[in-house]
Amino acid sequence: MLRAIYDWVDERLDITPIWRDVADHEVPEHVNPAHHFSAFIYCFGGLTFFVVVIQILSGMFLAMYYVPDIVNAHASVNYLQNEIAMGAIVRGMHHWGASVAIVMLFLHTLRVFFTGSYKHPREFNWVVGMLIFAVMLGLGFTGYLLPWDNKAYFATKVGVEIAASVPVIGPYIAIFLQGGDIVGAQTLARFFALHVFFLPAALLALLGVHFILIRRQGISGPL
Amino acid sequence: MSKKVSRRQFLTYTLGGTAGFLASGLLFPMVRFAVDPMLKKGEAGNFLDVGLKVDEITDTPISVKFVIHRKDGWYEPPKGETMTAWVLKEGNEILALSPVCKHLGCTVSYNTNPQFKNEFFCPCHFGRYTKDGTNVPGTPPAKPLDRYETKIENGKLLIGPLKKA
Repeated sequence: MLRAIYDWVDERLDITPIWRDVADHEVPEHVNPAHHFSAFIYCFGGLTFFVVVIQILSGMFLAMYYVPDIVNAHASVNYLQNEIAMGAIVRGMHHWGASVAIVMLFLHTLRVFFTGSYKHPREFNWVVGMLIFAVMLGLGFTGYLLPWDNKAYFATKVGVEIAASVPVIGPYIAIFLQGGDIVGAQTLARFFALHVFFLPAALLALLGVHFILIRRQGISGPL
Repeated sequence: MSKKVSRRQFLTYTLGGTAGFLASGLLFPMVRFAVDPMLKKGEAGNFLDVGLKVDEITDTPISVKFVIHRKDGWYEPPKGETMTAWVLKEGNEILALSPVCKHLGCTVSYNTNPQFKNEFFCPCHFGRYTKDGTNVPGTPPAKPLDRYETKIENGKLLIGPLKKA
């Protein structure tokens, strides 16, 4: 049955080459844990992407209940966490996944660094990876404010102070981030927009470039 | 080589120019919209009577609470915002110090750490300030505590906006 549906679609749209291009490629022996157990260090990039997918999915579902408004934000998080079935699980996925994503990303970066994979001709992909790192930290920073509790508020105040310490343009960065003179209603609205629209869009674009480059250039050779 | 613009070049420039015009027409309103807070002028704050007689102010800082009303975008907290100033007399001058640490914005308090008597102390990273708000060298803050503008009317203290550094 499924086979018949696939064949019916494939005959008209010729989809086999598309997924072949994406999925069907050789994995060199030195990155295959079946050959060398130590090759598991090559999994961290894929694991980072896997966690990012979890973050996007759980985040989409959290947005069904979350309200980015200083009067209601904390109440809505409290409600979705405690009153909704599986609320603690879904929010827990997003909460813990955020930390796991950063940890995996960091391990991936360390692997690339210590295997020298950033060297010629893959310099540009290292730069893209660093941009992804910055966007992920931005996602962490903006997401941290959204529950609008004391920890979120003061962490953001401290973060904005750090941004404000940049010479010359620091105060402008701070006002841009806060959307005003204080961490308040406009800051929460802004961080929400950055967290769910701007930064994920940037992240997906950068990930696309990251993956296209690694497919074009191939995985670097063994040590 | 002729200096004449070829038909192809002319079309390329025209198309490029049109695309640029359309793109800037699209982007300008959105970027201006996003950076508006940076370009807005802050409103001048007014002076508030904090209910403190000038002759009650000594050379020991006391914590004075006062409520300000300001609009945060579209939102104005119905009960206002409670602010704190540490008020003391330094010589003939009355100082009203902001309790916001100049390191990373935590809240400092006077004489709360028994190790550092008669100093402002920040619990976050052990920032310290002397009684007049001067940062102690070797501790994290790099600048003295901000000061509120002050006025005296009918023997009472009025506290205004923060002084611009």
